[in-house]
Amino acid sequence: MTQATEKNLLDVSGLRVAYGKVEALTGIDLTLKEGKLVTVIGPNGAGKTTLLSAIMGILPSKGTIRFNGKDFISPDVETLVGHGLGLVPEKRELFSTMTVQDNLLLGAFQRYRRGDKSYDQTLSEIYSLFPRLWERRQQQAGTLSGGERQMLAIGRAMMSKPKLLMLDEPSLGLAPLITREIFRIFADLRRQGVSILLVEQNARAALKVADYAYVLEGGQVAMQGPAAELANDPKVIEAYLGLASKHQELLSS
Amino acid sequence: MNFQIATLLGQDGLTNGAIYALLALSILLVFTVTRILLIPLGEFVTFGALTMAAMQMGKAPKLEWLLLGLVLIDCALDLYQQIKHHIDRNKMKKIALKLGYAFVMIGLLNNLSLAEIPMACQVLLTLCLIVPLGPIMYRLFFQPLADAPALVLLIVSIALHVAMVGVGLLLFGPEGARTQPFSDTGFRLGTVMLKSQTLWVILVSIFLIVTLFIAFERTLYGKALRATAVNRMGARLQGISPVFAGKATFALAAFIGSASGILIAPITTLYYDSGFIISLKGFVGAIIGGLVSYPIAAIGAVAVGMIEAFSMFWASNYKEIIVFTLIIPFLIWRSMNSHHVEDDE
Repeated sequence: MTQATEKNLLDVSGLRVAYGKVEALTGIDLTLKEGKLVTVIGPNGAGKTTLLSAIMGILPSKGTIRFNGKDFISPDVETLVGHGLGLVPEKRELFSTMTVQDNLLLGAFQRYRRGDKSYDQTLSEIYSLFPRLWERRQQQAGTLSGGERQMLAIGRAMMSKPKLLMLDEPSLGLAPLITREIFRIFADLRRQGVSILLVEQNARAALKVADYAYVLEGGQVAMQGPAAELANDPKVIEAYLGLASKHQELLSS
Repeated sequence: MNFQIATLLGQDGLTNGAIYALLALSILLVFTVTRILLIPLGEFVTFGALTMAAMQMGKAPKLEWLLLGLVLIDCALDLYQQIKHHIDRNKMKKIALKLGYAFVMIGLLNNLSLAEIPMACQVLLTLCLIVPLGPIMYRLFFQPLADAPALVLLIVSIALHVAMVGVGLLLFGPEGARTQPFSDTGFRLGTVMLKSQTLWVILVSIFLIVTLFIAFERTLYGKALRATAVNRMGARLQGISPVFAGKATFALAAFIGSASGILIAPITTLYYDSGFIISLKGFVGAIIGGLVSYPIAAIGAVAVGMIEAFSMFWASNYKEIIVFTLIIPFLIWRSMNSHHVEDDE
């Protein structure tokens, strides 16, 4: 276990995003301490993906985003990537006509540009984490299966050695066994000290691996607290977890 | 036809083919990165040749005023954005740098005795004058519509071509021009006389083509440029700026275009409007490569040059028709053999 430093890595306050006249996020406050895994859960349309897109600078937003000690107001994607923020988007956005290896190498583009030549080592780390990607390294990314694409998207984001890795629905459309594998990797990453902001539909599995959780509803934070407490909160169980979804817990075991 | 004529035609075809190959590659490059079909590429060729010719006649090329005008508009837009958002010291420095560059170029062109300086300096000055036009044009005409469909980009590209031909007439006048060859010596290979300029064209072209190929296929920067074309958002998430990619490819295209112009200016007389036909033949080569494959495009472009040279001998009146008809069987063949890789969701 890494020492829990009490430094806030990400501090979002009063974040608002509007699609035309419709407000998708109405003033979100969120903090993430260094080395922690924070999850954001909530029903469909609660604004989870919008939240990540706004933090990443893909969507224009109002409010301040304080990342790694610097204030950003509706920043550029490229600027934030340069400061060590990484996002695995819901659509994955792979370079489908390029090889798996090229996809991964391009993940380290910022490091390459800064003259950091140690990305080869990260590449072999990622190959040992995802042996499937090693087997398919010369294949075009577009020919991969859904699970392999997700692995590639996560691997590519990790190539930049981000200070904070944001993941949008990493288990979407994946078979339960692969989801389990991916959740195990998140737990591993957290143990290595990578800070993670995880948006998930699999609320039970997400709460199991996370340190802290936010419940989003209608563009607002409805509840928040340590993940272990929220997982046992009767209101959360009733609204999001349900007794029937007990099997999800297995996904993170 | 005897052997002598065949070698002469072959020499001609190879020279033209080399130039077409260069142009085909830059059309491909710009298309794969930005989805823009760069019709105005031919204008960079004529601008290069005519600027060089003006210098050799000892006149300051009027192109300097186009550069100054575009830099001024560019800087004005930058300033406007700075005022609207927030003032960033780095960006202000960049504006000052751009303006300074334009004025230094004008100062140099008006104070040097251009006809007397060595030819290498003339070439360098010409390139320094034309290459910046590429990124500025991208910034002014294409960057605001980066997300537009390819058809809109094509229309803007055609408009830019027409405008640049007009500007070319205004700046260089209707007279054609030819420049001095890089070196005067010719030499004999067996029974064939080789002009030294032919060798220059072929060697420089091969050098540029190989460099481009290595840069694009082997280096991470080249891959980053290609990645922008494959998935814009994906590239941005890796910190690769599509704006930077667009400007870089336009600078490369302007460089290759003007370099081709400088290379062929001693061989053919160029007018303000001859660029279009030249780049169109490069385009035929690019189409033969299916707008994706660099080596096939280069081979196709050389073939275009060869066919052009030999059809000039047998059916001089039909040479353009023969060259452009070539595209039809290739399109049919391509459309029957193309396959698509499944895209992300």
